[in-house]
Amino acid sequence: MSRTMAGVSRVKINGTTRNLLIGCAYVALLAALLWLAQNTLNNYYLRILAVIGINIILTVSLNLTNGFAGDFSLGIAAFMSIGAYTAALLSLPVAMKTASFPGLPVWLQTTSIPFLPATIAGGIMAAAAAVIVGIPVLRLRGHYLAVATLGLMVIVRVVANNWQDVTRGARGINGIPPLSNIWWTFGWAVLTIYVVWMVVHSPYGRAMIGIREDWLAAQARGVNVLRTRLLAFTLSAFFAGVAGSLYAHLITAITPSSFSFVITFNIVVMLVVGGMGSITGSVIGAVLLTLLPEGLRQVETALATGGTPLYGLSQIIIALLAALVMIFRRQGLFGGREIRLPGMVER
Amino acid sequence: MFTPTYIAQQIINGVNLGSMYALIAIGLTMVYGLLRLINFAHGDLLMLGAYLGLLLVSATLTPLILTLFIPMLAIGFVGILVERLAYRPLRGAPEVTMLITSLAVSSIIENSMVMTVTAQPRAFNLPAGVNQLHTVAGVSFSTLDALTVGLSVALMTALTFYVRNTRTGIAMRAAAENLRAARLMGIDINRVVMIAFFLGSMLAAAAGWLWAAKYSTVEPFMGFLPGLKAFVAAVIGGIGVIPGAVLGGYLLGFAEIFFVGFLPPAFSGYRDAFVFALLLLILLIRPNGILGTSTEERA
Repeated sequence: MSRTMAGVSRVKINGTTRNLLIGCAYVALLAALLWLAQNTLNNYYLRILAVIGINIILTVSLNLTNGFAGDFSLGIAAFMSIGAYTAALLSLPVAMKTASFPGLPVWLQTTSIPFLPATIAGGIMAAAAAVIVGIPVLRLRGHYLAVATLGLMVIVRVVANNWQDVTRGARGINGIPPLSNIWWTFGWAVLTIYVVWMVVHSPYGRAMIGIREDWLAAQARGVNVLRTRLLAFTLSAFFAGVAGSLYAHLITAITPSSFSFVITFNIVVMLVVGGMGSITGSVIGAVLLTLLPEGLRQVETALATGGTPLYGLSQIIIALLAALVMIFRRQGLFGGREIRLPGMVER
Repeated sequence: MFTPTYIAQQIINGVNLGSMYALIAIGLTMVYGLLRLINFAHGDLLMLGAYLGLLLVSATLTPLILTLFIPMLAIGFVGILVERLAYRPLRGAPEVTMLITSLAVSSIIENSMVMTVTAQPRAFNLPAGVNQLHTVAGVSFSTLDALTVGLSVALMTALTFYVRNTRTGIAMRAAAENLRAARLMGIDINRVVMIAFFLGSMLAAAAGWLWAAKYSTVEPFMGFLPGLKAFVAAVIGGIGVIPGAVLGGYLLGFAEIFFVGFLPPAFSGYRDAFVFALLLLILLIRPNGILGTSTEERA
């Protein structure tokens, strides 16, 4: 008996070590590719690459709510905005704060913290907002969350426009230190994928899928529906807040209208094109649909009639793509399946 | 400060705004009742109605009421078209696919307008007589305000009569109560859904015309916020129930006007935030709304 036990545990340790090593190898490979990109691409392409990293974070984390837990959040822009404002206010140099934010509370005016803790703080604030919205809404069936999170977007914009002392209103915050780059965005993207993958393959993830498939049955089996849905929603809001901070420190200037419904919609399209419920699908959807509008923007300019580019065309094509995927291939590219690389946790 | 005339004035403003919310909310609630779809494209039909109205008003079509009725009819058919092309292929699919499709439809309509008429806001100016102010006992209102309230009440009365007394209306209520059972009783669901879209879109177009006339401007994204707020109104009144949408619309109109009118001016910037904070509060204390009935789900 004891021999079998020892044998089992030895195999398990070996397996874990092996997975750890393979995981390290993937990260090293990604680092090598990023290093290569850093040294060969110009700033325009590096910026697009950084945005791809941000969009991967947003799509993979949205998948937790919209793909696995079966809710429908449209809160991306709201959570990004909260994360961006929080992180920017924390990371701005003290000298700039005293000059531009005379009305800021003294403790905030005299502190300036590094990028990483500021980003985490941005994520935490976004998660807190998610809890406030989630508790009344996630008890209910039906897609009230979609409207409530859009409402949150309006609330956040209204507050950002009116809370002059802290947000400078419509003028927004500029001169945010340009700390974000491909290393940060892909570093966070890897962390997001890891966390979401682990959650989905944990008992919590099973509970989420159970709620998505049949909420009554899940409840009858003893799943705490509110707590599980809230966990998915809050975690996805945290990462959206993080993405907001990364974005703010990439473009270095934010206003209340920086985070509009268009961002939310495009992330939703990335998710549905990749396939809701597939993490690999989310990653690929995010990559494809970040590149597509960049290409289409060239077309808009090329089709300029009388000097004005054909604005709106790229957004129409993205929307059309979403509608066609819904009508003809509801499950998206991956339909809930994953590309499983060796070394990934399976259960 | 809060003299009786001031209060009366606020009540008039509330009725005015509430009428428009009610008109929009009816279409949302009819579609939700039948298909469990939050139709995000509803606000964009409002916008299309306003643009079409602008086109006819600029062409100085007379009598003026035709510039309102023609868009209503036309947008009613646009509503049918949207349902036919985008939503009908998804009948029976998970609710979320229709939700995403409605977002896509909304984006397609908005950006088609951006592409063709640009995102530049345009002035919506009615002939001078319509905005003439009348003052009764110190309370002032324009001919347009009277038209808004009168027309809304007339349309809603007609709709109530239709839904209560005609065969199709009764079929519609039956289908909203239980789609499957209604189908088993031989009700043509496709026809009922089509008529619901037609009527709802018509009312949205009317609201769009009135909205544009009140704020004297149209732009491609003007439907987003009214559409979203009208959904809040529908939830307040009890989603899926037409009288609930009307009640919720007026309550929300009053609440919003009173929030601005009776609180210190510093708060008035937070008007839109207040509406959605109200939504969260309603969902917390009475998620079925005022007239809605609790539908406990059983296995």
